[in-house]
Amino acid sequence: MDRNTDPRANGAKPLVELKDIRIAFGGVQAVDGVSLDLYPGEVVGLLGHNGAGKSTLIKILSGAYKADSGEIWINGEKANIQSPRDARRYNIETIYQTLALADNLDAASNLFLGREITTRIGFVDDAKQEAETRRIMARLNPNFRKLSEPVSALSGGQRQSVAIARAVYFNAKILIMDEPTAALGVHETAMVADLIKELKAQGLGIFLISHDTREMMDLCDRVSVMKNGQLVGTERVEDVTEDDILSMIILGKNPKREAA
Amino acid sequence: MSDTDTVPNAAPSGQRPAEKAPARSFINQLEIDLRLLGMVGAFIAVCVVFNVMTDGRFLTPRNIFNLSIQTVSVAIMATGMVFIIVTRHIDLSVGALLATASAVMAMMQTRWLPDTLGLPLGHAALPWLAIVAGLITGAAIGAFQGWLVGYLTIPAFIVTLGGLLIWRNVGWYITSGQTIGPLDETFQAFGGINGTLGAQWSWIAGLLAAAFAVAALFSARRNKIGHGFPVKPIWAEAVVMAIVAGAILGFVAILNAYEIPSRVLARDFAARGMEMPEGYTAAYGIPYSVLLLIAVAVVMTVIARKTRLGRYIFATGGNPDAAELSGINTRLLTVKVFTIMGILVAISAVVASARLTNHSNDIGTLDELRVIAAAVIGGTALSGGIGTIYGAILGALIMQSLQSGMAMVGVDAPLQNIVVGTVLVAAVLIDIIYRRRIGGK
Repeated sequence: MDRNTDPRANGAKPLVELKDIRIAFGGVQAVDGVSLDLYPGEVVGLLGHNGAGKSTLIKILSGAYKADSGEIWINGEKANIQSPRDARRYNIETIYQTLALADNLDAASNLFLGREITTRIGFVDDAKQEAETRRIMARLNPNFRKLSEPVSALSGGQRQSVAIARAVYFNAKILIMDEPTAALGVHETAMVADLIKELKAQGLGIFLISHDTREMMDLCDRVSVMKNGQLVGTERVEDVTEDDILSMIILGKNPKREAA
Repeated sequence: MSDTDTVPNAAPSGQRPAEKAPARSFINQLEIDLRLLGMVGAFIAVCVVFNVMTDGRFLTPRNIFNLSIQTVSVAIMATGMVFIIVTRHIDLSVGALLATASAVMAMMQTRWLPDTLGLPLGHAALPWLAIVAGLITGAAIGAFQGWLVGYLTIPAFIVTLGGLLIWRNVGWYITSGQTIGPLDETFQAFGGINGTLGAQWSWIAGLLAAAFAVAALFSARRNKIGHGFPVKPIWAEAVVMAIVAGAILGFVAILNAYEIPSRVLARDFAARGMEMPEGYTAAYGIPYSVLLLIAVAVVMTVIARKTRLGRYIFATGGNPDAAELSGINTRLLTVKVFTIMGILVAISAVVASARLTNHSNDIGTLDELRVIAAAVIGGTALSGGIGTIYGAILGALIMQSLQSGMAMVGVDAPLQNIVVGTVLVAAVLIDIIYRRRIGGK
């Protein structure tokens, strides 16, 4: 993977292309003809009010919802994503806002949920899984020790580490992070930010959803703003100010473009 | 951690390796033992109290033998109910389904097979063909109910409430309301008193089981050492092994102490045209039905702890959305869980009808409540995600001990049920308080 500052500049193929995605829930057009793209080594931020359709759009990419119409292209090829399992086949990993963890299971079981390591006779190899969890956690969050406790006993940051470890361990190429720092303290938020930078340097493409505009300006290469299910616009962060983004979120239009 | 079934351990006895992680606190180590100890303690308390009240008649080999065979049917189904409740469902139809499975098996061996295939009554193939038919019936009905719940998203409460009415009366319809019997003699061997291992084989089985348990504990320990995890001191491991082996062999010793009455022996000898030698004695030993329960317990525990299926069952119970997003097919999982339940109900139907030596319409009546109560007393949380197989079996044992203890003491019938109901509610209350203290769910 190349590590250019602007991957789009030198004709790289987009990692993900969402083309004219639409989905409606009972008459409400939750996502209305949105097109987005994502390049390797790039972080694209998705901004908008609650209910703007960010999470819904992203759940279509991660296989949790099926779009009514529109196409998803991965690495220049049309992808068929019907379920979370399909998304994983395209190396798409998602870290959900609600931290999709089974509270009653331990960190290792959660990390490998749906993709257990098995022994030759087909039993889940708990010892191996725990050893692997220990290995990856040593890298992500060295303070993480509660490997065999149910994750309900963990702090928000530790739980987030488990969710992130899951994405990292299985070599995600495309990472979707839905408010990854919403439940975290200052220190843990910084940790996640560092991690995002590291993953980006490794050439992953990351969709980041957040309400924190300042954080988005800091972490993202481009930001896309949604309002009422429609895409207001996509801008490179160096081309806009925080105020521009805020007015895109609130007014649904880009003041700079309007002025131009 | 006490009850999520994620600790690798092949021993069915419920003894878990206490240590797994380095920073595991002392309280947490205690928690594991507390839960099991609490249940075992309650069971022992029930036994001791009744033993005193009956002047020592409760804890005789004979009564312990009877308690064992009375518990088997409900205990087998309770292990399946654990999976059902863990996945946040309920099955109210098990008693009725038991009647249907029992009716199918009874009709197979006494009417349908003799009439269609011309197999004479007493033919060696009859009981086995009947059992296979019963298992298929149970699995098919279970799968169907699971499909209604999982794919058509009808609440399990409603599906199985309907099932409660339907299957009881399907059983009635199949037999035209008649009591069907006597059942095949080989078939009856699964009922308890009519099929036991005898003293010698019981000892062999006991020794094998003890050796297996010790070996399983050893291999779990070796596996942990192999991955560089801390293990408990060897003396502690030895104590656990000694307790497990001692419990198994002690149980065998008690069952072997229950001797077959001499008039029964004399009748057997007479049937073979022989004279019974003077002073000849023989013991019942382990009933086949108890062996069946142990086998079911081992298989279900292995499924719960060592297989993906078990992991998915507990994950789905803990957080259905997370399970779905992790790529688990939770609908199909529901079908599988209800199918397992159906198969276990059919196995219980073999034991229950064999014990009665015939099929009657009211077989298994109210079993759904006993089974659910056993699972819940055994620590299965109705909120899902939590439950153990050994807990459910202990729960069934506690319920049965209460019931037959009160009958022996001579408690009035209405009072018996009042006590059992109270115990059920109290057990859940204690469990809730306990969990709150531990800080779990």
